[in-house]
Amino acid sequence: MYVWIWRHLPGALSWKILQVALLVAAVSALLLFVIFPWLEPKLPINKVTVNQ
Amino acid sequence: MTIDDQEPPDDQEDGAVRTGGRHARPDSAMSRADKVRLGLRGTGQTLITLGVVVLLFVVYELWVTNIFAQEKQHKVHSALEKEWANGDDPLVVGGSLNLPGSKQGTIPTGTGIANIYIPRLGTDYHFTIVEGTNDADLEKGPGHYVHTALPGQVGNFAVAGHRVGKGEPFLNLDHLRPGDAIVIETKNTWYVYTVKGNVQTGDLNDTGTDGIPGREIVSPSDTDVISAVADHPGQTPTEKMITLTTCHPKFTATQRMILHGTLSRQVARNGSALPKELAGGTI
Repeated sequence: MYVWIWRHLPGALSWKILQVALLVAAVSALLLFVIFPWLEPKLPINKVTVNQ
Repeated sequence: MTIDDQEPPDDQEDGAVRTGGRHARPDSAMSRADKVRLGLRGTGQTLITLGVVVLLFVVYELWVTNIFAQEKQHKVHSALEKEWANGDDPLVVGGSLNLPGSKQGTIPTGTGIANIYIPRLGTDYHFTIVEGTNDADLEKGPGHYVHTALPGQVGNFAVAGHRVGKGEPFLNLDHLRPGDAIVIETKNTWYVYTVKGNVQTGDLNDTGTDGIPGREIVSPSDTDVISAVADHPGQTPTEKMITLTTCHPKFTATQRMILHGTLSRQVARNGSALPKELAGGTI
């Protein structure tokens, strides 16, 4: 998958590296700000109240 | 994974197994070894990706949630300060105190009601307690269980807080010792609670004369710990208590750590003077 992406990025090496950095940042942001906040309340790891 | 996932063959691999360049060969010509290699590579990449995602989740829990929570805590803190400066006390509506168990929603959930200071956890340790214990409330700061007593009232002022992430107000709650001060600041009054347990022996589990220990580890369904007389539901309260709840052990939700304290003194607020229990305190 990663090799496939790398081969399909256009441009010279430096340009490719920049695009990879942007892709990594975009995926990280999607995980940190959308997926994890949605997922976290569903996981039984951070409950601090006694059930009322 | 498709055939395109393959890396271009490098020189070392290009031996007996390979018969030509990737582009020169149709998919059907993949040898058994190529397929195995492709499968292994795909599995490896997937596992590494999952590992990185899990690591990122840890970063999120321990760091990113704290950044969000600090911002929210800062907002409720300034809102409460502003309210006090305007002469309003969220705990008082229409000139009378909001009694626990009375009409619901007299204090809007998610708004600040008081500040908490715990000297044992650092001279700069302070949080604004919000009303309510829903996920959204607890992201802003420690949350007051609705319908439990308010600061200084007879009964049990019960507060929940996150242990790990989300501002982690109660991260080091296990550092508290019998007799340690838990200071609550409301608009007009400083309330100084002290952690129960045996001050002489330092035994937090000592239940003393009233049958309430300084600290206990309970199951998440044990609501008795926040009843008006902690651990003794149904009894009529005579004592002014505080109870703090958080998760235990850290990073899990298997149990709850509970701390009980009792009001030892209260002093009217006087400008910016701090109570003696806090660093630089004079009153």
